[in-house]
Amino acid sequence: MTTKNTKRHQLQSLEKISSGISGLDEITGGGLPKGRPTLVCGNAGCGKTLLAMEFLVRGAVEHNDPGVFMSFEENEEELTRNVASLGFDLTALSAQKKIVLDHVRIERNEIAETGEYDLEGLFIRLNHAIDSIKAKRVVLDTIEGLFAALPNHSILRSELRRLFRWLKDKGVSAIITAERGEGQLTRHGLEEYVADCVILLDHRVNEQLSTRRLRVVKYRGSVHGTNEYPFLISKDGFSVLPVTSMGLDHPASTERISSGVDRLDTMLGGKGFFRGSSILVSGTAGTGKSSIAAAFVDAAGRRGERALYFAFEESQNQILRNMKSIGLNLEPWVKKGTLQFHASRPSLCGLEMHLLTIYDAVKKFKPSVVVMDPVTNLISVGTEVEVRSMLTRLIDFFKTEQVTALFPSLTTGESSQSEIAISSLMDVWVLLRNIESGGERNRGLYILKSRGMEHSNQIREVILSSHGIGLVDVYAGPTTVLTGSARIEQVGLEKAEADRRKAQVDRRQREIERERGVTNAQIAVLKAGLEAKIEELNQNITEETLLEQVNEKSRFNMAANRQADVEPKVKHNGLTRIKGATK
Amino acid sequence: MSKLASAAKKNSPKAPNQEMWELRLYVAGQTSKSVTAFSNLKKICEEHLPGKYHIEVVDLLKNPTLAKGDQILAIPTLVRKLPTPIRKILGDLSDTERVLVGLDLRQMGEQIT
Repeated sequence: MTTKNTKRHQLQSLEKISSGISGLDEITGGGLPKGRPTLVCGNAGCGKTLLAMEFLVRGAVEHNDPGVFMSFEENEEELTRNVASLGFDLTALSAQKKIVLDHVRIERNEIAETGEYDLEGLFIRLNHAIDSIKAKRVVLDTIEGLFAALPNHSILRSELRRLFRWLKDKGVSAIITAERGEGQLTRHGLEEYVADCVILLDHRVNEQLSTRRLRVVKYRGSVHGTNEYPFLISKDGFSVLPVTSMGLDHPASTERISSGVDRLDTMLGGKGFFRGSSILVSGTAGTGKSSIAAAFVDAAGRRGERALYFAFEESQNQILRNMKSIGLNLEPWVKKGTLQFHASRPSLCGLEMHLLTIYDAVKKFKPSVVVMDPVTNLISVGTEVEVRSMLTRLIDFFKTEQVTALFPSLTTGESSQSEIAISSLMDVWVLLRNIESGGERNRGLYILKSRGMEHSNQIREVILSSHGIGLVDVYAGPTTVLTGSARIEQVGLEKAEADRRKAQVDRRQREIERERGVTNAQIAVLKAGLEAKIEELNQNITEETLLEQVNEKSRFNMAANRQADVEPKVKHNGLTRIKGATK
Repeated sequence: MSKLASAAKKNSPKAPNQEMWELRLYVAGQTSKSVTAFSNLKKICEEHLPGKYHIEVVDLLKNPTLAKGDQILAIPTLVRKLPTPIRKILGDLSDTERVLVGLDLRQMGEQIT
């Protein structure tokens, strides 16, 4: 019962050990089978020895698993020298008893066969090497070398079968390398004996571009990625890129970052791009794509963030020089180490290799913004399907890493098919256009789409000057949209017109004042006249009154003198009046 | 194993000279192949190199480090250390003709008299 249980347990979880090769553990779901042999096959020069060596060295250094490297091809010095360029110090590791290098040299011409023999000598030798450092990992590098040395293949085959069995019993995790054969995985059919895990390395040249690929052909008792994965041999060793395994579950940040152009930020709801978004900046030649990219990178530098600039057209120095002309000095960021350039021709290597290089660089540099200038140059390397699949993986990767990526894209007039294809992957699409009119060319910018934020629908004119990138409103009048000097002219015209109108209004105002003044003056004169008249008349009235009084007095005096009777004062109005009247 | 070793000693000549053949037979324990190889070797030497040969038997089970020196993979392996150049003959030495050719005692095609 207990044995049954343990057996089931073993079946459920095949023990694995880390291969130490970045990416391979992910494809194989944890590494190579522990305590079992793995066959690595491939053509000459596809990296078998390196993979095996890295397995051993990483095991020794990172997992403290001592290892034995039994080489049938290169001797100890050659091996040491070859991997020194990858930073592996085999001499030191040998001295620390972490690695044993054993070169098995067989000279075919000094060997003769007579009768029965076995390979016990090899077993003893290997056993001794394993036991001397208590090795957990073993590499047999191109054991097929034996087939050339030993003519009796039937003995060899049975002995190899025994060897692999023996390795399994010994409990060491082994890598056995073999040459790729015609019509089968290995030249001598070693896959028959090593059945647990078979990894195939390939080095293919397609349209003059070579790509290295790795495929797990077989992994008994374990699920594994079955695709062909591109891999890279860089100065840091072997790395496999399992990007297709990624899902759409990357985080979505609500943080906004500046595009580096103030006015563009305003157009994007006032705050700029979302962190971790992908931005397509497309436009025809000379519309200022790289300048916008540079401004974006510069803004990242100002924020103190790391930026990675992949240039597929210009060299680092060229970009630095050119951007200085529009007032963007990127040099301080380069010096500070927060800005890194990766300039390479797209045709330097295949698409997968580019992807891997980018992947590698991003993993190492950990930038928060990335520019791929121009992304369309990669299209020249592969077919549309390939490019799309590569960009999908790339964008997924950037999003997972929360890297904001800006992709300048070169278009020829109309939007190309590939551009439409990639635009659906992008969160923001900024379109730059040449606007030709009035014998000159101007740059227009507008935002075609921007996921998850309000954005301006206006066309803005891009002005590149020594002060940087400026966006100004284009002249959008009732009849036409004008840019450049036409816009300036129109604006000038309008200003003149406005000035004229203003002057006219002012004149009218002044006229009114004047009129008012004149009228007021007239009023004053008339008023003065009136006053004078009134005064004169009053004078008259006074004089007349005085005269009357004088007259009356004199009349009274006269009457008194004549002793006239005094007329009675009003008693019966009618009578007296009549009486008086009749007189 | 001691049997083989002592046998080797018994057959070694007393006074080595320039013509001395130095032969080393690598074995791993006292297997039938090893025993056959040793007896075959002794017979051939007695017949073709009487008195001017020296056989050393190396048991790799006892001295595993020695396997590296002569680049031994197969067991049994006969190594002709002297005269130079080094020659290696794999197997139980049952094919006398091939052993003689392998040891340069006879050219290929020469008939045994």
